[in-house]
Parts: sequence; C-alpha cells; structure tokens
Amino acid sequence: MTDLSASLPAVDTGPLKRAARWRPAEFGFWLLPVAGWFLFPDDLALLTQIAITALFALSLDIVLGYAGMITLGHAAFFGLGAYAAGMMPAYLGIGDPLLGLLAAALVAGLGGFGTSFLVLRGTGLTRLMVTVGIGMMLYEAANKASGFTGGVDGLPGVDMAPVLGLFEFDLYGQTAYIYAVVVLFGMFLIARRIVMSPFGLSLKAIHQNDTRMPALGVSVNSRLRVAWTLGAVFAGVAGALLTQTTQFVALDVLGFSRSAEVLLILILGGAGRLYGALVGTIAFLLLHHVLAGLDPEYWQLWIGLILIGVVLFARDGILGGLARLGARLHLRRARP
Amino acid sequence: MTIIFDGIASGMLLFLISVGLSVTLGLMNFINLAHGAFAMVGGYVCVILLDRLGVPFFAGVVIAALAAAAFGAVLERLLYRRLYGSSALDQVLFSIGLVFVAMAVAHWLFGPAQQPVRIPEWLQGQINLPGADIGIYRAFLVALGAAVALGLHGIIGVTRFGAELRASVDNPRVARGMGIDVDKVFVLTFAIGSGLAGLGGAVGANLLGLDPGFPLRYLVYFLIVVSVGGAGSITGSLVAALIIGICDVAGKYYLPDLGAFIIYTVMVVMLIVRPQGLFGTR
Amino acid sequence: MTAPALETRGLARTFGSFVATNNVSLTIAPGARHALIGPNGAGKTTLINLLTGFLEPTRGQVFLMGEDVTALSQSRRVRKGLARTFQINRLFADLTVLETVTLAVGERAGIGRRFWRPVGAHGEVIDAAARIITDLHLGEVANSRVKDLAYGRQRLVEIALALAMQPKVLLLDEPAAGVPTSESRQLFETLAGLPADVTVLLIEHDMDLVFRFAERISVLVAGSILIEDTPAVLADHPLVREVYLGEGAVHG
Repeated sequence: MTDLSASLPAVDTGPLKRAARWRPAEFGFWLLPVAGWFLFPDDLALLTQIAITALFALSLDIVLGYAGMITLGHAAFFGLGAYAAGMMPAYLGIGDPLLGLLAAALVAGLGGFGTSFLVLRGTGLTRLMVTVGIGMMLYEAANKASGFTGGVDGLPGVDMAPVLGLFEFDLYGQTAYIYAVVVLFGMFLIARRIVMSPFGLSLKAIHQNDTRMPALGVSVNSRLRVAWTLGAVFAGVAGALLTQTTQFVALDVLGFSRSAEVLLILILGGAGRLYGALVGTIAFLLLHHVLAGLDPEYWQLWIGLILIGVVLFARDGILGGLARLGARLHLRRARP
Repeated sequence: MTIIFDGIASGMLLFLISVGLSVTLGLMNFINLAHGAFAMVGGYVCVILLDRLGVPFFAGVVIAALAAAAFGAVLERLLYRRLYGSSALDQVLFSIGLVFVAMAVAHWLFGPAQQPVRIPEWLQGQINLPGADIGIYRAFLVALGAAVALGLHGIIGVTRFGAELRASVDNPRVARGMGIDVDKVFVLTFAIGSGLAGLGGAVGANLLGLDPGFPLRYLVYFLIVVSVGGAGSITGSLVAALIIGICDVAGKYYLPDLGAFIIYTVMVVMLIVRPQGLFGTR
Repeated sequence: MTAPALETRGLARTFGSFVATNNVSLTIAPGARHALIGPNGAGKTTLINLLTGFLEPTRGQVFLMGEDVTALSQSRRVRKGLARTFQINRLFADLTVLETVTLAVGERAGIGRRFWRPVGAHGEVIDAAARIITDLHLGEVANSRVKDLAYGRQRLVEIALALAMQPKVLLLDEPAAGVPTSESRQLFETLAGLPADVTVLLIEHDMDLVFRFAERISVLVAGSILIEDTPAVLADHPLVREVYLGEGAVHG
C-alpha cells in the first residue's frame, strides 16, 4: 500500500489499525475483581453490588457516553430485566440463572426497541422528558399491579437453581460474586467490540455532530435506535443479575433515583470511555460506603457537591482527569 | 364542577411555579432542574415570616417572592452563568446537584417534617354555588395565576425589556454591540423566574406540602408543564399547567387506582403528538 | 440518453412572506464545473439546502441524474451520489482525521452497521481513507484530532469527507471561506484535481477561484437566477459588475 509518491508523507494507519488491541493497563484492571476476592472475603456482597452496578453504568455508557442520548429513565430497563429474571422462577418455575439472563435480555431489549420510537420523536428537553415519562409510567404500572409484581414488598418465590446446574448460590455470596463478575466481564467484552466497530465509530460521530451524519448518507435515528436497544439489553442483564444474586426483586429497581444515580456514576467515572462506567462505580460505591458510614444524613449533600464539582471542574470524570494528567507527564518526559 | 375548579386551581399553582422555568429554559436555553428549589425557598421564607414572626399574609408572600428572586440572582451571578452555552447534559447534572444540596440544607435547617402554613381566616372557607363548591383560597390562586399570566405576557411581548431579552438570547454579541447590558438582562430574567417560583412556593405551601423533598417531588411536574406547553411560551405553560392540573385532580378522583400513571401517560402522548410542545416553535 | 447530472425545475422556497428562492431552474451537465455566485443574502445557502434535501421546497423539483429526488431525505440523496461540503466546518471535533475519513469511506462502502469486527480490522477501508488523505496533503496530521488542526486544513477535511462518498455530484459551499491566502493555492489545486467525471457545483465568494475553476457561472440575485454564461462573457458583463462585483467583493 505504500506506492505513494515520495513527496507526500505517507499516512500512518497503525494507530487506528491497532486501536482495538488490549493494553497492559486493561489486564491490570481485570485483576481487581480477583484481588477483591482474596482481600475482602467478608465484603463479597458489596463487591457483587459493584459488579452489577458497573454493568448497569456500562449500559448507560452505550446510550449516553457513546450515542449521546441523555436519559433519566434508564432504570426502566434495569427493572424490566430484574422482574423478568424474577418471574422466570416465580411464575414459570424456571430457576436456571442463564435462562433467566436470556429472558431478561429479551424482555428489556423488546422494551428498549419499543420505546426507542417514542424517545426519538423529539430532541432536547422533549426527549429527556419522554425518558422520564417512560421510567415513571413503568414504575407506576408495577406499583399498581402489585398483585403481579409484589410491589414494594417484593416478588415472592424467586428461588434460583444452581448456575449451570453445578454451583449453588451460597450463604457467603461466593457463587453470586463469581457469577456476577463473569457475566460483567462477558458483557464488557461485547460492549468493547461494539464501541470499537464501525457502528461504534458512527455512534461517536453522531454524538459529536448529528447534523453532519445525514450528509454522509447515514440515517441518524436508525443508528440511535440500535444503540438505545442495546443499552436496554445491557441494563436488563444487570437488573437480572441483581434479582438472581439477591433472590429478591422489589419496586425500587424501577425507581427514579436509580436512573439519576447511574447517571452520576457514569459522569463521575467518565462518560464515553469503556472503563468510565467501571471506575465510576467503584469510586461511587466506595465513597458511599465511607461517607454514608460517617453520617448518612449528609450523603445527599455530598452527592450534590460531587455533581456540581464534576460539572464545573472535572467535566470528563476521573478517567478524563487521569488521561490529561498522563498526557502532561508524557509531554514533560518527551521534552525534558 | 368542583373537581374541574379544583383542577384549575392546582393548574394555576403549577403554572405560577413552572412559568419561570419555561422562561429560563425556552428563552435562555438553560435546563434548570433546580427550579423547584427556588419555590422551596419561597415556601420556607413565607412560613418563617408568617408563623414565627407574625408578618401579615400578603406581606409575607411578597417578601418570600423577593427573597427567592434575590437568591436566584445571587446563584446566577455565582454559578449558573458559568454554564450558559454548556451542553444540556452539564446543565442537567449541575442543577440536579443543586437540588440535592438544597434538599440537604433544608433538611439541616428545618428538619424533615412538613411545615404548617397558616392562611388568614378571610381566605378560608367556601362559597357554595349551585353545582359547585368553590374554595376561597383556590379562587385566590386562580386570580393570582391569571394576573401573573397577563403581566408576564405584557412584559415579554410588549416592553423594551422583553425585546432586549429576546435580542440577548438570539445573539449576545450583537446585543452587546447595540448597547444592551446582556449580563443584567440575564440576571433580571433569572431573578424574575426564581421570584415567581418563590411566589408559587409561598402560596402553594399548604396545598403541596412543604418539606425538604419538595424540589424533587414536583420537579417532574414542572418539567411536564414546560415540555408539554413548549419551552419559552407563557400561553403554552398556562394551557399545559391547566391540562395537567385538571387531569391530575380528576384522575385522582375518578380513577384513584391509576394514580400518577395518568399524568405521565398524558405527557408522553402529548409529546409524541407534538414533540415541540403545544405552543413551541422549535 | 444523457440526463443532466443535476437539474432543478421551478424551485422555490419561501419563509413566511420572504422569498428565499424564486423559481430557480438550473441544468448542470455531467462532469461540468459550474459555479454559483451572488451577493450576500441572495439565497445561495437556501438553494444548496434545497438541493441536498435539508430543506423542503415550497414548489418545484430537484432531479439527480434524471431521477426526481424531491421527496427523498438528505441521507437517501447522499447514497444516490450527491455529496456536499459545508460553508462553516461541521466536523467531528474529537475524531482524528483518519477516523473521520475512515468513517465516511466505511459508510459509503456500506459497513457502517457492522458491530463486531473492530474498525482496525477493516484494512481496505482504512487504506482507501489513507489514499484520500494523502491526496489532500493531510498525511502528516492524519492521526491528529480534527479540532487541533488549522482552519484551512479543516476545510480540506471537509472536502476529504465529501470525496470519500465517491459522489457523482459534489456541492462545494464556499470552500475558500476563511482560508488564509497562504493555503488557498493548495485548495485550488485540490479542486482542480477533482476527478473529471464528478460534476461540481461551486458556491464561492472568491472571484479569483470562481473564474479560474468554473466553465459556466450562474448569478443568483434575490433568490432568482439573473444570468448564466461562461466566465469570459460574465467577467465583462455590466449587469454582473453592477449587482455583484460592484459591491467591491474581489476583482474579476
């Protein structure tokens, strides 16, 4: 490919062709869950929580971080998945966790595809309000149908069978932790492939300038529809994980605060970066653990201050800040 | 009939609080989810004045509105102005952050309990007309809402200030070149919006209930009014607020089982039919 | 049968009582180098927006290669071979030049919906993008983010994006606007080197560029085509001097 005339500098296609390779820091990151297992054997419940929330934040990252759609109703899909996973054993007597995940992904995906038409009707505030409305409608519906969903008290009869027929969910949460981490890792691999594909590139481009895309022959809405549905599937799997690992599902999976919280988590970590969702979750839940442990009354104040601080001073989150720091150090090393 | 009237009254209240949001959102392009916090400020100031200091009702309400306006002006100077022109996401996050801080501070100052609001006796009671019982206080709310709607319409549509505001929003650089003090226009607009919210919070405290959860609990309602009505349109806010008020009251009365479901359904349907809002131009 | 590459019949667009485009009938032959000039506010941008489908006409039709595309969306017209550049840079600020052009080549090749193999595995697409970038002398900044480039180079990226679509008809909306004179020579060379089978409609203020580049020129005034002829005729035409060059834009 390098038969270009000598006067023209050749294009170095290497960086783009190698962009999808795994970096050493990534391998390092995925050692964390292993380290957690050995270092905090008594806190596996919290670590499981982190893995599940990280997957939920990752699902929002696809929708918001990559495709650029702001939503305050993302818990709708988390809840759909959580209830689907709960009803499989409760009503159908199917306790197999993997089948439960599949059902959750399917239900949430259908929900996502259906609502995508509503969400894409408007833009800006209208779109934001439709997402709020969808989340609230689902919450109210589940609340009113408490005979079916169990309402605030929870759905009775969520009894999970062993994973793959081999591993019982135990009292110490060991199976639950490993199961959640493995599912998170698997879903992360899928997300990683998607955002690095041509489709992922087109989402990034739509996010940066959606008015330019039609001039490239791209129908923006059909791409966003896929992204929205994908985000719903990922969120549904996260919800299913919560139901299965706790063997419990109640109305709060659909709550507005869950939608707002996951937004905060993603922004804290850095939206539009694969690891932003994961780092944000770790930071947020550890902060919550420490600060709320000190004085639960003021947790809300801290959330508020963090949000304001992030917007005013650290717009691209923890990972963005680290990246800037890294770039500065790199420059300093390059020209001493 | 009584239900419709009650719906109109709560719609007017919703309009009072939301219209400021419609102005900042529609004309200044700022998504201020903390709008309810200004209403809460008005409510708390009013309660303190009336209950603890014995200030007369009307004076208390007016001072409460002014306090909320001043509070809005200060925050605009210190914080909001940094985010004009920022992305919608930044504005959403920032103002949600403000809501949380405001709720925590209210909790710290006044505790978690609902604050009682005393209404003067001459505003209590009912007028019994054939076919409808009309609460005097609700009638007062309707009159106040109508007055504010007319007044705002005059200010934005007719006066020089309205023209300056529209010019400043359209193109701040050109407006500055024409000698308009853009900063002042923005601060004033923001203060008016906050003041109206404070007014609504003060007169609405006894209907809506006043506690630290106020800004979040009603946030969605305010946003519904603005998005359904069309951001920036005063008429739109009024019509949308009345629709929402009537649907809400009637829904709770006739279909109590469905509860808030009705409101969200109404909103989503209306936004699907008219994404730009009833009276929106974009 | 040689249908015109681009044709409009009685195209009109009004905004309220303001007539932005008034009964415009243009015929541009395949492979032509056509320019559209006119004073500010003559309705050039509105006309482009009507051609690309960004705006709907109030009346009239647009034909692309003899096919009526009036009812087609912007993206459908692009897929039928109508590409454009924008008057003001509207690029993807955080993508690199190579990513930007690869995106466009990929969409043209119809792989934009592939979601499993990474972009980097589509070597043929990246290489095609690299060739376009090299042709436009952007090789040394291929891996820089677009927002970090000088303005003139961003204009070239605009053109690279349009070329990546392998258009049959290319609309250039003031490609020289804001480009410093030091870089405008390269821009002209780029335009002169466009493939001969691509039909080009150039909208431009820089009269030097227009008169060197175009084979035919249409003059748009107040939404209507005032006159259309060759550069040689128009350069000395009194009407043109009066309405346009008389404004003191640039010498002819």
